[in-house]
Amino acid sequence: MPLKSMTAAGLLSRFARLALAGGLAAGLSGAALAAEEGHSLIEKQDWSFGGVFGTYERAQLQRGYKVYREVCSLCHSMDRLAFRNLHQPGGPEFSEEAAKQIASEYQIPDISNETGQPFDRPGTLTDHFPAPFPNKAAAQAANGGAYPPDLSLIAKARAEHRGFPGFIVDAFANYAENGPDYIYALLTHYEDPPAGVEPVPGKHYNPVFLSGDWISMPKPISDGQVEYTDGTSETVEQYSADVSAFLMWAAEPKLEERKEIGFRVMIFLIVFAVLLYLTKRKLWRNVEH
Amino acid sequence: MAGHGTSNYQPKNKVVRWVDSRLPIFSLMNEQAIVFPTPKNLNYLWTFGAILSFMLATMMISGIVLAMHYAANTELAFDRVEHIMRDVNFGWLIRYIHAVGASMFFFAVYMHIARGLYYGSYKAPREILWMLGVVILILMMATGFMGYVLPWGQMSFWGATVITNLFSAIPLVGPSIVEWLWGGFAVDNATLNRFFSLHYLLPFVIAGVVVLHIWALHEVGNNNPTGVSVKSSKDTVPFHPYLTMKDFFALVCFMVLYAYFVFYIPNYLGHPDNYIEADPLVTPAHIVPEWYLLPFYAMLRAIPSKLGGVVVMFSSLLILFVVPWLDTSKVRSAKYRPMFKIAFWVFVISCIALGWLGSQPAEGVYVMLARFFTFYYFAFFLILMPLLGIIETPKPVPNSIAESVLARHHGSTATVGSGEGRPDAAPAAPKKD
Repeated sequence: MPLKSMTAAGLLSRFARLALAGGLAAGLSGAALAAEEGHSLIEKQDWSFGGVFGTYERAQLQRGYKVYREVCSLCHSMDRLAFRNLHQPGGPEFSEEAAKQIASEYQIPDISNETGQPFDRPGTLTDHFPAPFPNKAAAQAANGGAYPPDLSLIAKARAEHRGFPGFIVDAFANYAENGPDYIYALLTHYEDPPAGVEPVPGKHYNPVFLSGDWISMPKPISDGQVEYTDGTSETVEQYSADVSAFLMWAAEPKLEERKEIGFRVMIFLIVFAVLLYLTKRKLWRNVEH
Repeated sequence: MAGHGTSNYQPKNKVVRWVDSRLPIFSLMNEQAIVFPTPKNLNYLWTFGAILSFMLATMMISGIVLAMHYAANTELAFDRVEHIMRDVNFGWLIRYIHAVGASMFFFAVYMHIARGLYYGSYKAPREILWMLGVVILILMMATGFMGYVLPWGQMSFWGATVITNLFSAIPLVGPSIVEWLWGGFAVDNATLNRFFSLHYLLPFVIAGVVVLHIWALHEVGNNNPTGVSVKSSKDTVPFHPYLTMKDFFALVCFMVLYAYFVFYIPNYLGHPDNYIEADPLVTPAHIVPEWYLLPFYAMLRAIPSKLGGVVVMFSSLLILFVVPWLDTSKVRSAKYRPMFKIAFWVFVISCIALGWLGSQPAEGVYVMLARFFTFYYFAFFLILMPLLGIIETPKPVPNSIAESVLARHHGSTATVGSGEGRPDAAPAAPKKD
């Protein structure tokens, strides 16, 4: 829709300028509102999967999985991911053996074919990640009434409202990482409330949180909490970046395939368009039009 | 489809001739898609017709494939969409083609409508052509709205709740109508099921109306940027290869834009909340429809009374049906209508502003601005269109398309027998396309 306004510029009458001024004024006040809400704390991070040639970094996804497993998965489910996904191309790409090993470390409730009785067995590649709580009520009861959302799609289900100028710029700047940017900012912005702000019982101050400044999730991770074996620094920032990347992959597991095919499609279409243009020009050469 | 070309078409191939003498489908194709005389001065805004045909086909094909993997059940719908995204071969591609395609379809249709308004393509003898187009637009909106409900995300559910609830504003029978639409007492499984059914049906209805739309077009012929009717064969070129080639080039350019969205920013036009499964107990902070319905949503909320808002919103579409009779000007193209031209561009700005306002909370200055632009939206049709035709002095209009083309090229290219024409008719402005 914003594309339509391009040709309008030269034709604005006095009345049109008036209308536009009204719109701009409202736009500015909108921007001011957004700034007041404090969401400008969300900064764009330099993700390996951003841009036209973006790909996930295997080591980062594997580290992110470790953070998820040792920290997030204690409260949050990840229903849509199966252990086989850990091995599939375009993801953390654990070896098949490693993925099988990971799966077997989980106990999966099942029903015996012989006796019909429920029992627990080690997980296999086809099993989905088991949830930490049997149901929503149990999850809420264990978390002070708050329900820890499923993380399968969280990187696509949360984003800052970008406001009037930002959302147009994003399209041209190929910016599609607002989900992981938000998660990173949320995890790194647990702070003491400003002086004079009354603490909310059972809640934790985080100015990045989209639904107000007080979040039910306590600060989930501290420096050195998860051990990295590859020498990567064990800081909250590093953990947050790794787990945000992992969650982006969980939400969009076909991103690499998409961008790779996309580049070929774009090249084809652009070359094809040039050839068609030249053909069209030759065809119309002798026609006054 | 009479009126164009004579049936001197003689297929060379024997089999083709045999078929054609029994079912003249080859003659029809030849007459309507090959030799069909088309004004030679059409600019690139006229390529959106072909682009829209392509979009309809793309949406139907991708939609049929999606339907093979989808399940219209509130317990399953959200999971099935994620199943398509993760486990179906190229499912992510088909779904993004379909989801982004809806936006591309609307972008193209709005360009197509804006072109019609600017060049007066709705005027006699094209009133029915225009009205069929309005029918297609309304069907597209219904289809797009119901399609957005199918993934059963938060915006799907709450969008459906807000829009269906509009009908409760109808006096006396309103609440009964809403329950009838829902198939129950809330947006639920019955609603999802019937929306899926209708979402699958309506595109075929659209395709039918498109056939009528093209039929009407081929009866009266294309309008063109001068708005002057075709006078002789000097004004036209055969549809094929001239327009097929031009349309094809424009279509591929359009596909570059489309592919950019599908492959690089597929979720840009969607709402993050729709990746949260529908939950009737949790209302999103701001319920917003898809971008292409935002201007109408802004008009709905601009009016303080619910019934008034609904009436205004539906009127904003229905008013398009009477546009051919609201415009009193004898001149078709805005190119020769200085005052209408300004009114038109302010109208475009109003629509964009309403679109932006539709995405903002309905409070304070936003509502005041929405009222202002809603007023202009209606004033453009009800006041300016009838009035400008009377008070405006149009610029001189060329006698024919050929003459306008020659005047534009006058002095720039060697033209055999180039026209004395009317050099003042079209100033030597650089050609836009």
